[in-house]
Amino acid sequence: MKSSVITFPGSNCDRDMDVALKKFGFKNKMVWHNDAELPKSDLIVLPGGFSYGDYLRCGSMASKSKIMKSVINFANSGGMVMGICNGFQILVETGLVPGVLLRNKYLEFICKNIFVKINNKTNRYFNNIKNNVLEFHIAHNEGNYFCTQDQLKEIEDNDQVAINYCDKNGKVEEHFNPNGSIKNIAGIFNKEKNVLGMMPHPERMIDNCLSGEDGSIFFNNLINNLK
Amino acid sequence: MKISVIITLKKDVLDPQGKVIHQTLDGMGFNDVNEVRQGKYFEIDTKENDPKKAKDKVEKMCKQLLANLVIENYKIIDLK
Repeated sequence: MKSSVITFPGSNCDRDMDVALKKFGFKNKMVWHNDAELPKSDLIVLPGGFSYGDYLRCGSMASKSKIMKSVINFANSGGMVMGICNGFQILVETGLVPGVLLRNKYLEFICKNIFVKINNKTNRYFNNIKNNVLEFHIAHNEGNYFCTQDQLKEIEDNDQVAINYCDKNGKVEEHFNPNGSIKNIAGIFNKEKNVLGMMPHPERMIDNCLSGEDGSIFFNNLINNLK
Repeated sequence: MKISVIITLKKDVLDPQGKVIHQTLDGMGFNDVNEVRQGKYFEIDTKENDPKKAKDKVEKMCKQLLANLVIENYKIIDLK
């Protein structure tokens, strides 16, 4: 399986993602934002970081960069595109997934492990995964998911919520919402479920020495689903 | 010509920074503030000299990049 990770100026989780993808069997290539063409890929990843220094709005500049035209075409033709953290912010700015990510409700940069409940397994990201709850890591200042009431209705009608913040038993309550996101939303799909944006970093949980291995469950499952 | 644009958060969107500024003003003794909303201000100097054309172009800029219309409104306030 071939993957590509896009590096924007200011990306800082691109190499972590490269290590993670390779560990679980992907042949990964790093792609510079100013390139026009994507290498042949089964999965494109927009990594975390602070692309363009978060100028204007997080992800807004990166969403207009040269390579994103190809990424948008790839996504619109059914290709798998996953945006993590800043990658999620870039995806919402392209309009590939609905909504926006606002400043965290309590204005603090949050950096900690959290639990997420998988809301929808009928897609190639979470299909066949045995766990209902995964422990991931979050590190963000703008992860407060927001959308209009009309968008929320559409998202729920199409079952586009991917994961919600929860406790270790999978209970989704406001109390376990770290950043004020509507309905504890931590990740969301496009209508067709080939594009996934999420704030948590599975690539930070791929080894016991990195405080957990639930990311390994995610990547192992993902590559098997793509085969 | 020079064009100014203000971008503001829509009414229903939470503005935590505005809230904190409000609280701080309160703490400084400015007790009569009802609400503070923080926004963005742009000055765009364009080669276009026709006011209508310039305004149309800036409007496009607002829609495509400067504002995110899910959460923000834009207002072109000044043409010089």
